Amino acid sequence: MEDRLTIALAVNGATREARVPTAETLLETLRVRLGLTGAKRGCDQGVCGACTVMVDGRAVRACLSLAVNCTGLEIVTAEGLAENGVLDPVQRAFVESGAIQCGFCTPGLAISARALLNDSPQPTAEEIREAVSGNICRCSGYVKIVEAIETAARG
Amino acid sequence: MTGPATVGDIRAVGARLPRNDAAEKATGTAQYLDDIELPGMLHTAFMLSPLAHARIVSVDTTSACAHPGVHAVLTGEDLPRLGGGAIKDMPFLARGKVRYMGEPVAAIAAETPAIAETAALLIDIEYEELPAVLTIDDALALDAPLVHDDIGAYELSHPVEHGGNVLSRQEIVEGDIDAAWAECDVIVENEFATGAQYHHALEPTGAVASFDPGGKVTVWSTTQSVFRVQAEVAQLLDMPMSKIRAVSPRIGGTFGGKGGAHLQPVAVELARRTGRPVKAVLPRSSDFMSMLRRHPAKISIKTGAMADGTLVAREVEVTLEGGAYCNESPAVLGFALLMARGPYRIPNVRVTGRAVYTNKLRAGGFRGFGNPQSTFAGESQIDELAAALDLDPFDIRLNNAIRAGDKWLGGQTVEACGLVECIGKLRAATAGRPRKPDPAAGKKRGLGIACLAHVCGLLSTAANVRLLEDGSVTLSTGAVDCGQGSDIALAQICAGALGLDISSVNYVNPDTDASPYNWSTSGSRTTYMAGRAVAAASEEVKERIFEHAAEMMECAAEDLELRPGGRVGIAGIPDREVSFAAVSGRAHWGVGGPIMGHNALMYDGERFDPKRAIVKGFPFSNIGTYVFGAQAVEVEVDEATGRIEIVEAWSAHDVGRAINPLGVEGQIQGGFVQGIGYALTEELVWEGGALANPSMMDYKAPSAMDVPAAINPIIVEHPEPSGPFGAKAIGEPGLIGVAPAIANAVADAAGTRLCEIPMTPERVLRALKTR
Repeated sequence: MEDRLTIALAVNGATREARVPTAETLLETLRVRLGLTGAKRGCDQGVCGACTVMVDGRAVRACLSLAVNCTGLEIVTAEGLAENGVLDPVQRAFVESGAIQCGFCTPGLAISARALLNDSPQPTAEEIREAVSGNICRCSGYVKIVEAIETAARG
Repeated sequence: MTGPATVGDIRAVGARLPRNDAAEKATGTAQYLDDIELPGMLHTAFMLSPLAHARIVSVDTTSACAHPGVHAVLTGEDLPRLGGGAIKDMPFLARGKVRYMGEPVAAIAAETPAIAETAALLIDIEYEELPAVLTIDDALALDAPLVHDDIGAYELSHPVEHGGNVLSRQEIVEGDIDAAWAECDVIVENEFATGAQYHHALEPTGAVASFDPGGKVTVWSTTQSVFRVQAEVAQLLDMPMSKIRAVSPRIGGTFGGKGGAHLQPVAVELARRTGRPVKAVLPRSSDFMSMLRRHPAKISIKTGAMADGTLVAREVEVTLEGGAYCNESPAVLGFALLMARGPYRIPNVRVTGRAVYTNKLRAGGFRGFGNPQSTFAGESQIDELAAALDLDPFDIRLNNAIRAGDKWLGGQTVEACGLVECIGKLRAATAGRPRKPDPAAGKKRGLGIACLAHVCGLLSTAANVRLLEDGSVTLSTGAVDCGQGSDIALAQICAGALGLDISSVNYVNPDTDASPYNWSTSGSRTTYMAGRAVAAASEEVKERIFEHAAEMMECAAEDLELRPGGRVGIAGIPDREVSFAAVSGRAHWGVGGPIMGHNALMYDGERFDPKRAIVKGFPFSNIGTYVFGAQAVEVEVDEATGRIEIVEAWSAHDVGRAINPLGVEGQIQGGFVQGIGYALTEELVWEGGALANPSMMDYKAPSAMDVPAAINPIIVEHPEPSGPFGAKAIGEPGLIGVAPAIANAVADAAGTRLCEIPMTPERVLRALKTR
């Protein structure tokens, strides 16, 4: 029988309890146990960035993080960026700039962009590219993604 | 130049609107395949072949079946029907033989993914290994082992010339090629090779199947066509189509890789046997090893010209490596040949080609569909010819460029053609490039260009438009938006034709129970083909509205005009008008019945002209109307490391009419970057029969750090007479000329010609050594 722990996760401003195997990834817990499917499973090995979530303000790979290690930390997923139905400026800029195509990378990119802007409100284009370099987008060619993050930074 | 303004073309057409589903995607609430959870749902694992070519001696599933939590185990004997392509040669689980390493051999449905994966390890299969065919040369060797023992026994869905390991052989001849060489002042000959690109859709392949109590199954899947899913599942499982409902959730990219059935037949059969909903989603490594890839090609090409650069003759021989099963290989080959002349006036042409089986991963449709391979060869060689004649690469292209009214290879008339304008705008945009002097010792800058053509059209489609009681409309086509933005473009065509605000158009998600019909989101066809159906169906709704309005206002229908926001009025009298809501209310509750428009069509362009061209073995007689473009890059070549950096890029495309310029730009930029990957870094590599890099870690698609800051889209609009508001296509073209433009830029920078892609640093250094 695998080891399980009951953990309390602070996700998108609410405390959520789950009984999880100790080896379960944060991605699995969010998607399967908590029904938060915004974080996507693209590669399951930390390369594509589709599962990016914010943990204590930093963009991390949910597929490489263990859920049990996240107790007591503040987790934000793409679903938690919008407040009361009002999109985060990053999300709004993604929508309006045409930075979204298939959208599978978008939740992870929105988190990476939000984490960047929280740390560095006026990043250069080069800093933006570096900040999202771990989020693979197969559709857009990245041009409109960088533009969207610049737009969000301008406010 | 813009498309003809029509009365209804008020605001929606040409507007830079966000996609319909943008907000749900941005907030992570959009539902993709793997986000579907159904009560009691089982999970699937696949057992993959560990060998490239082997006879299956015995299969023992006893232990796997007995494993706690396992509900069903399927092997090839459980799915006896073959499918896959023009040659119906593919079992959906291997039967008798395995033909590539990674081929699905068995499938297990269990309570959890982990149980299914464990049970897959318990299946015991005895193989007798056979000699494997691993390269094009292996396949064509006189004593080659046969990938398919009796190819003649397979059913064909349309005729192909095939035999041995050759699955298709085709040819097009125009003019007198043998005599033409004598007229040429210069002849250049080259051999080119292109690599195996992986689609790399960010969403892995998946399917969910669930039966209702009446015996009807609903299939959700990552697909380009719910109608192909319905038809292929029916054929493969001997089910009536009326018992299959195929639906698409949001789709996380396809790029040609999900046009046909993949996991759906297995998921449906597992659901049927277990009485439970079944989900099958591939782990990324299996998506690499078991799905599809772009055809590697070997291309011999010879082009002759007069001293002034006038092209006289071109001969091309294309060999495609198709992998273990036919899939779309005959069509890809045919299209590669149709594009091999290039968008130029060349009177004497012979293009011949073969596609061959190997014991490697299947190849299929992938953005460009054979065209990127041919265009890499053809456009690289145009620069070689220009160099031999000391001509400017822009001039030689402009002087030979095809124009409206010219014939394409095979004889179809090119109706609208903005190629000359594309080249001209590219020349203006790149004036002064490459920037000199070179930035540092050992770094060289160069500029390269390439022209391209493509088609949009193909097969049949339909649209329904219904006017609701509040004056808004419901639009249904069945066309799947795989991310490219067709939902918003089709909604804009509908809104434009009816003078409605975009918010008044409800675009229905594809569902075979509800949507009229669309063959597939393939071949850059959706805006053009589904758009034609949408425009015509909307026009029918407009006519019905006008009939009602004429009676309501006691005037002639000819005196009526559409007014923005869902109103129709008497021309010249601003205050005489009725709303769509009033018209629709009258239709629903008083006179005539609900107002609905419908249109169905088949692509109906000119066919090959037997008086002009000899065409042998082709899988189609016409495809679509032609689209054109020209692309340029400035590169920097590091002669010490062999690294190629793209400094800036320009991409000019005649799209007929940009229904949504924001979406068009996104397609151009995204296609360009997929082309950069194809040209520089992306290649599936085999060690013997084993795929050596089936992971995103080891297969390198471009990241934001690998692409130029500026990829400048240049939209050219020469309206297509048959297109909706003049629109044609942009789905595939953005990728097609990128590799030859980069190769030409490298030649310009470093004086060496790379004839093989991807142009990895190793290949660049090798080429630099042989300068």
